[in-house]
Amino acid sequence: MNAAVMPPLRELEPEVQQRIDECVERWSDQEGNLIMILHEIQNDHGYVPREASLLLAERTGIPLARIYEVLTFYHYFRLVPQGKHNITVCNGTACYLKGSARLVAELEDRLGIKEGETTPDRCFHLETVRCIGCCGMAPAVVVDKNTVGRVAPVDIAPMIERIRIQEETQP
Amino acid sequence: MTTATLKPTAATATVSATINGMRVKVPQGTSILDAARAVQVRIPTLCKHPDLGPTSACGLCIVKIGGSRKMPRACATAVEEGMSITTHDPELTEVRRTTIELILSNHPNACITCGRNTNCELQTLAAEFGIRQDCIPRHVRDLPPDVSTGSIIIDFTKCVKCGRCIQVCQQHQDVWALSFLERGINTRMAPAGDILLAESPCVRCGQCSAHCPTGAIVENDETAAVWAALRDPNKFCTVQIAPSVRVALGEAFGYPPGTDLTQRIYSAMRRLGFKAVFDTNFSADLTIIEEAAEFVERFTTGGALPLITSCCPAWVDYMEKRFSDFVPNFSTAKSPQQMLGALAKTYFAEKSGLDPASVYQVSIMPCTAKKYEVERTDDMNASGYPDVDLCITTRELARLIKQSGVAFGELPPGEPDSILGTYSGAGLIFGATGGVMEAALRTAYFRITGKNLEKDAINIRAIRGMDGIRGATIHIGGTDVRVAVAHGLGHVEKLLLEVRRARDAGEPPPYHFIEVMACPGGCIGGGGQPYGVTDELRTLRTRGLFDGDGGMKLRFSHENPEIQKVYDEFLGKPLGEKAHLLLHAHYKPRPAYQR
Amino acid sequence: MKPTFAKTWQILRNESVRTPDDKYIRVGMDSGGIAAGADRLFDRLITEVAAAGLDLPVRRVGSYGYAFADPLVEVKSAGSSPTLYGRVDEALAAAIVSRHLGEGRMLDDHVIASRRRGTVISGPVTAILVRDTSTLGGDKTQFFKESFEAELADLGQEGSVQVVRALDLGIYDEGLAVQLLPSNVTYTNVLSRDISRIVSESVGKQLVLEHLLWARPDPQLRIVLRNCGIIDPESIDDAIHHGAYEGLARALTSHTPEQVIDTMKSSGLRGRGGAGFPTGLKWELTRQPVADRKYVICNADEGDPGAFMDRSVLEGDPHAVLEGLALAAFAIGAQKGYFYIRAEYPLAVKRIQMAIDQARARGLLGTNVLGSGWDFDAAIRLGAGAFVCGEETALIASIEGRRGSPEPRPPYPSVQGLWGKPTSINNVETLAAVPWIVANGGEAYSRHGSGDSKGTKVFAVTGKVRHAQLVEVPMGTTVRDIIFGICGGVQDEVPIKGVQTGGPSGGIIPEQHLDTPITYENLTELGSIMGSGGMLVMNQNDCMVDVAAFYLKFCVDESCGKCAPCRVGGYQLLQLLLKITKGKGKPEDLAMIRRICTSMQSASLCGLGQTAPNPVLSSLKYFEEEFLAYIEGGIPYARKLKKAMEEGRNLREVAQ
Repeated sequence: MNAAVMPPLRELEPEVQQRIDECVERWSDQEGNLIMILHEIQNDHGYVPREASLLLAERTGIPLARIYEVLTFYHYFRLVPQGKHNITVCNGTACYLKGSARLVAELEDRLGIKEGETTPDRCFHLETVRCIGCCGMAPAVVVDKNTVGRVAPVDIAPMIERIRIQEETQP
Repeated sequence: MTTATLKPTAATATVSATINGMRVKVPQGTSILDAARAVQVRIPTLCKHPDLGPTSACGLCIVKIGGSRKMPRACATAVEEGMSITTHDPELTEVRRTTIELILSNHPNACITCGRNTNCELQTLAAEFGIRQDCIPRHVRDLPPDVSTGSIIIDFTKCVKCGRCIQVCQQHQDVWALSFLERGINTRMAPAGDILLAESPCVRCGQCSAHCPTGAIVENDETAAVWAALRDPNKFCTVQIAPSVRVALGEAFGYPPGTDLTQRIYSAMRRLGFKAVFDTNFSADLTIIEEAAEFVERFTTGGALPLITSCCPAWVDYMEKRFSDFVPNFSTAKSPQQMLGALAKTYFAEKSGLDPASVYQVSIMPCTAKKYEVERTDDMNASGYPDVDLCITTRELARLIKQSGVAFGELPPGEPDSILGTYSGAGLIFGATGGVMEAALRTAYFRITGKNLEKDAINIRAIRGMDGIRGATIHIGGTDVRVAVAHGLGHVEKLLLEVRRARDAGEPPPYHFIEVMACPGGCIGGGGQPYGVTDELRTLRTRGLFDGDGGMKLRFSHENPEIQKVYDEFLGKPLGEKAHLLLHAHYKPRPAYQR
Repeated sequence: MKPTFAKTWQILRNESVRTPDDKYIRVGMDSGGIAAGADRLFDRLITEVAAAGLDLPVRRVGSYGYAFADPLVEVKSAGSSPTLYGRVDEALAAAIVSRHLGEGRMLDDHVIASRRRGTVISGPVTAILVRDTSTLGGDKTQFFKESFEAELADLGQEGSVQVVRALDLGIYDEGLAVQLLPSNVTYTNVLSRDISRIVSESVGKQLVLEHLLWARPDPQLRIVLRNCGIIDPESIDDAIHHGAYEGLARALTSHTPEQVIDTMKSSGLRGRGGAGFPTGLKWELTRQPVADRKYVICNADEGDPGAFMDRSVLEGDPHAVLEGLALAAFAIGAQKGYFYIRAEYPLAVKRIQMAIDQARARGLLGTNVLGSGWDFDAAIRLGAGAFVCGEETALIASIEGRRGSPEPRPPYPSVQGLWGKPTSINNVETLAAVPWIVANGGEAYSRHGSGDSKGTKVFAVTGKVRHAQLVEVPMGTTVRDIIFGICGGVQDEVPIKGVQTGGPSGGIIPEQHLDTPITYENLTELGSIMGSGGMLVMNQNDCMVDVAAFYLKFCVDESCGKCAPCRVGGYQLLQLLLKITKGKGKPEDLAMIRRICTSMQSASLCGLGQTAPNPVLSSLKYFEEEFLAYIEGGIPYARKLKKAMEEGRNLREVAQ
C-alpha cells in the first residue's frame, strides 16, 4: 500500500494485544517463528493489521522493515481486510486449460471489481490462486470454504445471486 | 557482524587456478571477481560493492568454469583449486548485453536530469557495452519520490534492486530503515513498512546514497539555495568547512584520495562570494574543550559514565530511537558544525558589527545527517538565530565549485578568517574514526595532570585503525581511563549492551569514554562524500588527516589561541553559563516509527 | 542389538496390529474428495450404517488417486472382495448401505474396476462388470448389459450373477470390456456373439476364454502410494497395522547410519522434487560435515500449478513421510526435522501435525526414540504462497523468517543450510519412498526403472485427458502408456497435441515423442524436465503460444524479484508473448524472445529463473508455426483464434 493512502493507526484492543503477546510467548523459544506468528495473526483477523505488526516488532525485536519485507513477499498474507465472502478461482494449469480465465472475466464483470480487489460494500473479494489441487474437477472455484468443480461461466451469476439473497435475508 | 565483509579475512591457505588462461594464486575464499583483478581483468557488476557482501542481484558478473554449461556469479563464487575460469567471451558478452538492456528497460533512462549523471554505474555500463537503442519497451512503475527527510531523496523508479542500500542500512548500519517490498517485477526498495523515510528509523547517515550505483538515492541537492543566498544583498554569507571535506573533495577534481586541499578550498569559497570563511576544525577544538571538561567533571565527580560523544547527528538520532536509556551518558556538547554556527551568529556578528539576522551560515559537511542536525531541536537556535542556515555535502560543494567556473586546481592557496578559523591538529583529526577520542584525551590529559602528553605519546595509536570496535586503557595521572571507539552503527549495539549489562548488574562501567561515528571510517567515509568509497579509500583519506595533524605545530585544542581568545572575550569558562546556552544540547527518547 | 528397544517396538507394533477388517466402508477424504463432497458422504454413511443396524467401520482414507471420479467410496462386505465406487453422491451413499451392503447388489454406473486382473476363474462368478470402452459411436453399455442378462436368464443364472454397468475398467478403446468378479478375469473387444460363450463357458464352466482375455499387466506400481486410499491417515494404529515404522525400527535396531545411506545409494533413488539429485549422495554429503546441529527438512511446498502428488501423499499417508524424514535424520545425524508445507494445504498440515503428535505420544519421536538412545523431533513450518520457496536456499530463508529469495550455491545446504548448519532437504515423494526402501532393501527398488532413473514416479495427469488422476509407474514407462493406457487418452476425442511435463519449469513433449520412456535424461533431451510430476495433456483445441504465456506468467508472478535476468527478463518476455497473441507481433520479436530466454537461462540466480523460459523455448522448438501464424495473421487472426479457443474449437481447423 502506498504510504499516502495508509489509514491512521488505531489502538489495539487489550484482548487483541494479549492474544498477540500469548502467541509471541508461545513461539518465543522456537526457531523460525516469524512466519508462523504472522499466520496466527492473520488467522485471527483475516489480515495482518499494521498495529499488530508494530506490536510484534516491539515485542520480538524483529524490525518492522523485516516484517513487511516478509508480509509483502508472500502472497498468502494480506495487509487489508478482505470481503465478507471470498471467491477464489483456481488458476492452476488444468483449470486454465478448461477456461478459468473466462470464469475470472465473468466474475470481474458481474462484481465490477478486478482480481485481487474487494467490492466497495466489502461483500465480495475476488482472487485467483495458483492451484488448489482439485485438478480432477477443473475448472474449480472456491466460494468461502466450499469448492465447486466443473464450473462454467453461466454458473457464475446464480452463484453470486445466492450469496446476495443469503446476505439480504440474514444480514 | 560487519568486520568480516569490511575487510578481507586473514586467510593462510592459497588456491591456484587459471583465469582466461592466466595462472592466479589467491588466498582461499577469494571470489572470482576479486581474483580476476589480480590478472588485470575487470568483470562487470552493478550490484557488488567492495564494502559489501555479494547480493547476486544483477547477474552481470557471470563466468564460465571448465566445461560446465552453467554460468555462476563471480562475486559469489570462491576460486577453487584447479578451476579454469573464463570471464569474457562472445557468449558471456552477449548475455551481459541482454541483461543490461533488460535492466535499462526497467529504468527511466533520464540521465540528463539525474543526480548521478556522468558518474552512474549503470550509465557507464551502458556506454561500455555500446547500447545505442532501446530494443525492449520500457516498463517503469509510477512511484512518487520520497523527499520527506530533506537530507536524502529517493527516486524509486531509478532503483535497479541491487540491494546495496538495504544491505548497508540493515546489516552494516543496523538501522533497518530500508527494505525490499513486494516481489517479482513489482519488487521495490522502500522505507520500513512502506512509510515515508522521515517516519522510519532512518538516521540520515546517507550510507545508502554513498553505495547506490544509480541516482535512486542521492543527497538533497541544495546548491541552488547557496547561490540564492550568495546573491541576496541583505545576507552576509559565511561558510565553514568540516575536517573530512578537505581530504575527499579532491577526488572530484582528479586529485589522489587523501590530498589535503584546505587552502585551495578557502580560496574557492572567497571566489564564490562568501564574505567570511571559517573552519569547522576551529569549532572541533571548541567541542573538545567543552567535552573534555565534561568528561573530567564526570570522571572526577562521579557523573554518568561512560561519557559518549554526540558530534555525529546520525548517531544521536540512532541513540534517541534505539538506545534512549543512554541519554544521560551523552555529551551535551554540540557538534562542531553547530558550535561554529552559534559563534558566527553571536561572537562574530558582535565583533564585526553585523546584525546577526543578516549573517547567513553555510556549512560544508561530509554528511547528509548534518542537513538534518541543523534543525534537529530548538537547541540549534539557542542564540535566537539558527546556528547554521544551510548545510551542503562535499558532493554538492564539488558541483558548486564547478558551477562557479573556478579552475579549482589552479587556485592559489587562501587563508581562513582569523577569527573562528585557526585550528589545531586535534581539531583536524575529528574527521576520522577515533579522532574525537584522541583529541579529547589529549586535552583531558592536560586538564587532569596539568601537563601535555609527551611528544611521542601524542599519537594515541591504540585507538586508531579501521577495526569496527577498538578499546584501550589510557593511563592519565595514575588513573586508568578505559575508552572505546566504534564506527559503523552496526558495531554500536555490542558495545552498548556491554555497558548496559554492567549497569544493570551494578558493576563499574566497562568504559569511561566512548566515541561513536555512524559511518564506517568516521566522517571521512560520510554519506555525503564523493562516490566510490572503499576501505582503501577510507584509509587514504584518514591518512590525509593524521598526516596533517602530525605536521602541525599546534596539536592540542586547549592551545589553540583563538579558542583561548573566545573564552576570554566571550564565553567565559568551559561549561559556563554562556557556553551552556550556546554550545550544549539536550536529548530525549524518540519513537523509531512514526506510523 | 539393544534388547529393551526391540521389545518396545514389538509391544508397540502388537498394540496396533489387528485382524484385517473383513468388512468396511472407506471414504476418500483427501482435499479433492472433500471438495467433491466426501465429508458429507462420510457423515451420511455413518448415519445410514447406524440406522441399518450394521456393524462395520466407516473409515476415512486418503485418495486412491482417481481424481476424475471423486468422491470415492470403497465398500467391502464380509467374505467378498471390495468394490470401489466413484462419483458418489448422497443418494448413492444411501444405496450403498441399503442395496450393496443390505441386499448384496452392486450399483450401476459408479463401479471402478480393480486393475489387478485375473487369469483363472476358480469359483462361481458373482457379478459381471460391463463397459463399452469405444470412443466412437454411442455408448452401448446398457445394450450389452441387457444382452448379458438375457443370456444369463437363458442359463437360469439371472439371480446369482449380477450384471453391472461400470464407470471405469481402466481399459480404453478396446470395444466392449467385461470383468468377471471375483476372479477379475477381464475380456475386451467382446462382440455380441461372444456374450453367449462368456456366459456359457466362463460363468457356466468357469473356463477362461483366452482369445478375449486382457492379459496386459497394469503398468502401475504403487510404492509411494502404497497406502494411499487404504489407511486412515489420521490413525497411527492403522498406519502401523499397514507396516508404518517397520523401516525405522529396523534401521534403529540393526543398521548404522552409513548402512542406511548405502541402502539409499543402492536403491538409485533420486530426488523427486525435480532436479533428480541422488538421495543417498545428498545424505552422505550432509552426514560428512562435523557440526553441533544438523537438520532435515521435508520440502512440501508443492507449487506447480496442476500438480497434486505431494498433497495426496501428505493427506493419504502422512506417517510414511514422517518415517522417511526420521530415517533421513538418522542417516545424516540430525536431531530436528521440519515439514515446510504450503499454507494452502490445510488438510495436509492437519494430518502431518496429527502424525507428529501421535508418533511423539508413542515414543516414535522425541528423546530416546523407541528406547534406542537416539533423539529426534519434527515440527511444521508453513509456507505462505511463494513458489520460489521450493528452491532449497529460498526455503531455508523462509523458515528463518526472511523473504524467500534464493542465495547462490555453493555453499550447499548440505554444508551450510538452516541456521548455517548442515541440512538435507528432501521432497515428499522422495521421503515417502524411503521407508519402503529401508524395509525392502535398495535392490528391491532399483530393480524397477530404466537406466539411471530407478524406481517409480508419481505423476498427476490433468488437462484435456479423459481420466485425470494420480498414477505411479516405474521409470521408463512411456508417456503414451500413461496418457492412453492408464488415463484413457484425450478428452472429447480431440486429437492430442502434446504433454507438458515439469510444470512451468518444463516443456512440451509433442505427439511424435510420446513413446519416449520417461527418465530424467530422456525428458531433458526433449527440452523438458522430469520436474515434480505434473503432466498436462493438451489437445488440438489448445494454443501453444497461449499455454507458453500462461506458464511464463506463473513464473513472472512467482519470481522473487532478486535478480535482474529473471525479474525483468521474465516480465519482458511475457510482454512479447502477449503482444504476439494479440496479433501485434513482429518477425524480429522471435529473435528477441530467444535472446531474453538465453539471458534468463544463463544469468538467473536460481532454478526458477533459469528454467522459466523452458515452456517458451520448447513451444518454439516444436510449434514455431503457431507463433509465425500469429505474426503473419495479425490482429484478425488473433481475434479469430481467441474466439475459437473460447468456443473450444479445434484450432488447427480454424487456422486453415
